[in-house]
Amino acid sequence: MSIDIVQFALLLALMAGLVVVAGRWLTRVLTAQNHWLPERLGYRLLGVDPAAPMDWKRYGIALVLSNAAMMLLGYVILRLQGWLPFDALQRPAQTPDLAFNTAASFITNTNWQSYSGESSLSNLSQMAVITFLMTVSAASGIAGCAAFIRGLAQREARDVGNYWADFTRIIWRLLLPACLVLSLVYVWQGIPQTLASSTDATTLEGATQHIVVGPVASLEAIKHIGTNGGGFYGVNAAHPFEDPTPLTNLLHMLAMFLVPSALTYAFGRMLSRRRQGWAFLAAFVVMFVGFLSVEYPAERHGNPMFTSLSVDQTPGATQPGGNMEGKEMRFGIAQTSAFVAVTTAATTGSVNAMHDSLTPVGGMVPLFLMMLNDVFGGVGVGFINLVSFAILTVFLVGMMIGRTPEFLGKKIEAREMKLVMLAVLAHPFCILGFTALAAVWPGASASFANAGPHGFSELIYAYTSGTANNGSAFAGLNANTPFYNTTIGLAMLMGRYFTLLPMLAVAGSLATKRSAPESLGTLPTATPLFTCLLIFVIVVVGGLTFLPALALGPIVEQLAMTASQFF
Amino acid sequence: MSLSLVRPVLVSAVLFMAITGLAYPLAATGLATALFPRQSSGSLLRHGDTVIGSSMIGQDFRTPHYFHPRPSMTGDLPYNAAASGASNLGPTSAKLRDAVRERAEAFRKENHLAADAPVPVDAVTASGSGLDPDISLANAHAQSARVATARHLAVDKVDALIDQQALGRQWGVLGEPRINVLALNLALDSASIRTLP
Repeated sequence: MSIDIVQFALLLALMAGLVVVAGRWLTRVLTAQNHWLPERLGYRLLGVDPAAPMDWKRYGIALVLSNAAMMLLGYVILRLQGWLPFDALQRPAQTPDLAFNTAASFITNTNWQSYSGESSLSNLSQMAVITFLMTVSAASGIAGCAAFIRGLAQREARDVGNYWADFTRIIWRLLLPACLVLSLVYVWQGIPQTLASSTDATTLEGATQHIVVGPVASLEAIKHIGTNGGGFYGVNAAHPFEDPTPLTNLLHMLAMFLVPSALTYAFGRMLSRRRQGWAFLAAFVVMFVGFLSVEYPAERHGNPMFTSLSVDQTPGATQPGGNMEGKEMRFGIAQTSAFVAVTTAATTGSVNAMHDSLTPVGGMVPLFLMMLNDVFGGVGVGFINLVSFAILTVFLVGMMIGRTPEFLGKKIEAREMKLVMLAVLAHPFCILGFTALAAVWPGASASFANAGPHGFSELIYAYTSGTANNGSAFAGLNANTPFYNTTIGLAMLMGRYFTLLPMLAVAGSLATKRSAPESLGTLPTATPLFTCLLIFVIVVVGGLTFLPALALGPIVEQLAMTASQFF
Repeated sequence: MSLSLVRPVLVSAVLFMAITGLAYPLAATGLATALFPRQSSGSLLRHGDTVIGSSMIGQDFRTPHYFHPRPSMTGDLPYNAAASGASNLGPTSAKLRDAVRERAEAFRKENHLAADAPVPVDAVTASGSGLDPDISLANAHAQSARVATARHLAVDKVDALIDQQALGRQWGVLGEPRINVLALNLALDSASIRTLP
């Protein structure tokens, strides 16, 4: 057990070290004045002036429209896959509802997959659709966050930056170099990177094994750095080719935390409020450690059913023990629990074990992390979500102690609060609304793989994952039906743009305001007290919203498990 | 206002598809093939010209003189490396309970264990990928008597081979101690076992 704690400590220590390095790098990317040669060529092709200022509306329109064009391009390639060259396995095109779902999923940084990678996508699609959309959705998220931060920093101005310049620089200066280096480390550890599609092996017992390979490492790198999460293979990072060693598992986790944590540092630098950046990072870390300390014991303790069948699940020197259904030996309990918490905190959605087979409490942790959606959060949007809760906290506390709500030297007024509430409420509305719809939709329950409360957990997990732009699944649910493909596709689009756009509007609105001097009446927001209040508000709002739904799924299942009731 | 966006919107989609969807993965492929030719093509193992598997991917073993891997739920047959998959059964699933009970009984029977002997949990639970190359040391030692009998070897020789082939935690800290089943079985087939103490 102590070695498990050491592994957790190592993860957090390395993450903390990377915050400063990546944070400085990110700040330089977002505040650069010069243009690299390939960037200048790109601006010329696009016909844009990278120095032209944009207000939040124009920035937001450029972001949404360019996302739409990229989603359409991805959709077209997926529909044409059967006619495109370079696929020895001749995998056919995706159906219209599936291709819509896939394109929506990857442009919104969700990476929900209704298909299984190795049987559904050619190497060309894995590169020209999946790797492409993973990179640009991450770049759009970071760009959106950059505009948001600039809006908070502005005084009596409308300029929040230039979308094309942000987007281009994030790709050339941050994502591509980091991904190229990381993908080579991945190959060194055993992740394939080839244009071949498969190899036939003759096993020691004489059977034939078709081993599917492809450009996996380049996809894995952006998948984690961009908090995307869609796997090359059906079982995602549980596949030995996606996550071959404990070291790659650690690197996956560090890569997922890299940008979300670095953004708190970049925020602190860009606003010259470093303490505020650290206060936000502290909120992330405290919540993450709290959730991990629920996840790990639940999985380590395992399933009482095993013991009743005289199956030994006691952790020891010769076995990791615990609930090993759906888990891989090389990760055991510690690296799996950490990954479960990281991937749903950073809303990546990559999985190194099957979440459907986690214990009830062990499965509730990732579900709740996605419901909160702001413990680290996806690249860019996670930070924006945290700030929306920070504004909500300032407002609530202001109400309680009779002070005018102020945040970062700006007065928070009715317009901002309305927009913040829109962003905060769109999330549960979308999750609970679609779950309720699916619960009564004729035939929708035929997709459940598990009976009893676990079937309901599969359902709510799907819409939570879609709305939170996570992408992980209780994968037993057969979501490749027109109903699920369409509704989950809509949930992903709503979850992305109905939180991103209102918060960009908040930033745009705050940008035009005068900076109010801090007075005795100002609530300081860079203190441990405020961090505690912020966590409290996040957990209470999230808890009150989702507790009734959780009671129908994981909570009742936990009670059933301890009572040895099976479904 | 929006008309002026038409060109950058359309051009950026195609341009960045070419950069991030083609140039980046192709550059990574070129570098990876040059620097790590073995790993980049899937860490394949060969006997002469025949590919016999990948050191990363588990294989199905059923005969008594080989060590057996974990249960696999891939596609239509176990250890199908073209259709990774898991059971996705939840902790209160009756199907899971029945499967675990059956596997535990089968494991005890083939290894000549007592009817209530404890079975290592990884031997009766399906892995996440269905292609898990590893088993726990406890699982390997529980099978060593059977393998030794089938090969007419002393049990302590087989146990010594397990200890020799065991993988520790990476860098002493990361992951779990384990043993690669394919590597262990290849070592069994090679002559090396006869020279072990």
